[in-house]
Amino acid sequence: MGTYLLRRVLATIPVMAVVALFVFSLLYIAPGDPAAVIAGDQASPEQIAHIRASLGLDRPFLVRFGDWLWHILHGDLGTSIFTNLPVTHMIAQRIQPTLSLMVFTIALSLIIAIPMGVIAAWQQGKWPDRLIMVFAVLGFSTPVFVIGYVLAFVFALELKLLPVQGFTPIEQGFWPFLRSLILPAFTLGGIYIALIARITRAAMLDVLSQDYIRTARAKGLGQGAVLFVHALKNAAVPIVTVVGLGVALLIGGAVVTESVFAIPGLGRLTVDAILRRDYPVIQGVVLLFSFVYVLVNLAVDLLYTVFDPRIRY
Amino acid sequence: MSLSPPRALPAEFIAPDLPELVKPRRKRGRLARFIIRHPTIFAGLVLIGLMLLIALLAPFLGTTDPTALAPARRLRPPSAQYWFGTDMLGRDVYSRVIYGTRVSLIVGFAVAFLAAVTGLAIGLVAGFVRWSDAIIMRVMDGLMSIPPILLAIALIALTRGSVQNVVIAITISEIPRVARLIRSVVLGLRELPFIEAAIACGTRTPKLILRHVLPNTLAPLAVQATYICASAMITEAILSFIGAGTPPTIPSWGNIMAEGRALWQIKPSIVFFPAIFLSATVLGVNLLGDGLRDALDPRRALRP
Repeated sequence: MGTYLLRRVLATIPVMAVVALFVFSLLYIAPGDPAAVIAGDQASPEQIAHIRASLGLDRPFLVRFGDWLWHILHGDLGTSIFTNLPVTHMIAQRIQPTLSLMVFTIALSLIIAIPMGVIAAWQQGKWPDRLIMVFAVLGFSTPVFVIGYVLAFVFALELKLLPVQGFTPIEQGFWPFLRSLILPAFTLGGIYIALIARITRAAMLDVLSQDYIRTARAKGLGQGAVLFVHALKNAAVPIVTVVGLGVALLIGGAVVTESVFAIPGLGRLTVDAILRRDYPVIQGVVLLFSFVYVLVNLAVDLLYTVFDPRIRY
Repeated sequence: MSLSPPRALPAEFIAPDLPELVKPRRKRGRLARFIIRHPTIFAGLVLIGLMLLIALLAPFLGTTDPTALAPARRLRPPSAQYWFGTDMLGRDVYSRVIYGTRVSLIVGFAVAFLAAVTGLAIGLVAGFVRWSDAIIMRVMDGLMSIPPILLAIALIALTRGSVQNVVIAITISEIPRVARLIRSVVLGLRELPFIEAAIACGTRTPKLILRHVLPNTLAPLAVQATYICASAMITEAILSFIGAGTPPTIPSWGNIMAEGRALWQIKPSIVFFPAIFLSATVLGVNLLGDGLRDALDPRRALRP
């Protein structure tokens, strides 16, 4: 187990290296002079020269990449072209809303989606299954901001139950904090819930036809014990895999959700950075999110042994 | 349907007319049979066909110039003249939404096609050329660990927004998934007897790939391509919505929603009409994908 852990952790290094190389070389792949593109159409030659120097574009590619990587490994993601603040500082300021939103969304999605998938598999072919699968297809097909606007329209504008926009930090009380996250979390969670419900149903259907499920029923266990203890635990491996992979959807969706609900998080930082062509900030956010994504999937890999003791490393 | 009884037997020995246990098969047309067998494919095709018609016939559907400004008639509610109302610059939202169909379909189909073809090529190379496999797959793993929308954002941020650049950016973010799928299919196929037999017969590699491997990758590729088409349409709308997609002068659904965003609390209709069109189109493509997956998967075909 120890050596496996080490090997698995080491295996993320080449992946992150490819990510870093890609994010870095984007500046060079793009057609035209990157400094001119970043500076925009109205820039003076001095401004372009300033950007070129601050990005180090006047130095050779490999030197620049090595330098950049060295700084990143020391926790320095560079300096924003627009605000002249360190990118790590800007990210630290914006991380709380995004992190709260994502954690809350994942928790909410699991609580809703897994029972949905279990019920759909149990009632296979009957109306609860049909209903849940229709919901899953709709959840896949409705873009994040559409869910956001519909929810905000109904629950905030019409029923006035929840705040329309904005984010309340946790320091101002837990309930206002939670209230400000409910609509964004359901918005962001829509596609994630659909995804998890679907894979839970499929994995449960595979497990429910196994002999040990018949044995569990034959020895008189209740429906709940069979479904949630015996079957769900054995269906867990594909489910946690999809929970991990789906985090990519959440990260992309967070950018949009934060725009719809005016949440001052990393998503807004990204959107602002695009509009200002603040490339160091974009690079920093992409690297950070990719790193988180790789870590989540590493954790998922290690969770396999918890759910399936047959998997030994 | 009864047999005519032999004359000699008394009446009580004769079996009465059999009840119609098996209902005679009603002759149905090909289309009707297709609809009954594959309702999701049919529903998907109908929705996509409808959107294609709208895109092709956009100038004839009672639209006006979707970019014509008319500040005098800003923010009109939906009416007989302006079916979906007008936006903050007085442009006809109905015409913009109808023309927006073109952008979404072009982006969806172009990305699906390009990503499928490129991913297929990369997957075939990785599956057949042993030494390249490790390198290609590490690069694909790296690309896949960047969330697709962020990857597209990073690519777009460096170029000037145009439909072409949006297509390229989304395609790059979708290629790794196709390449991985094709590689795994190829690696599975290589172990099968018919490929071994073909190799034993002295089939050269190009012919082996074209005649024996390629046809067997097409079914999973087609299913994957429909899902890519759906996700590309959503990604395009998201990119435009956050201001990193098609240029604002082009009426795409994402752009219409982005413009309606500031006013959506007073005029939700500007956001909702393109949203409905986008959801319906994506739903159609997803239904087609689900239906194709069920129809093309031999294991599922055995199930009732």
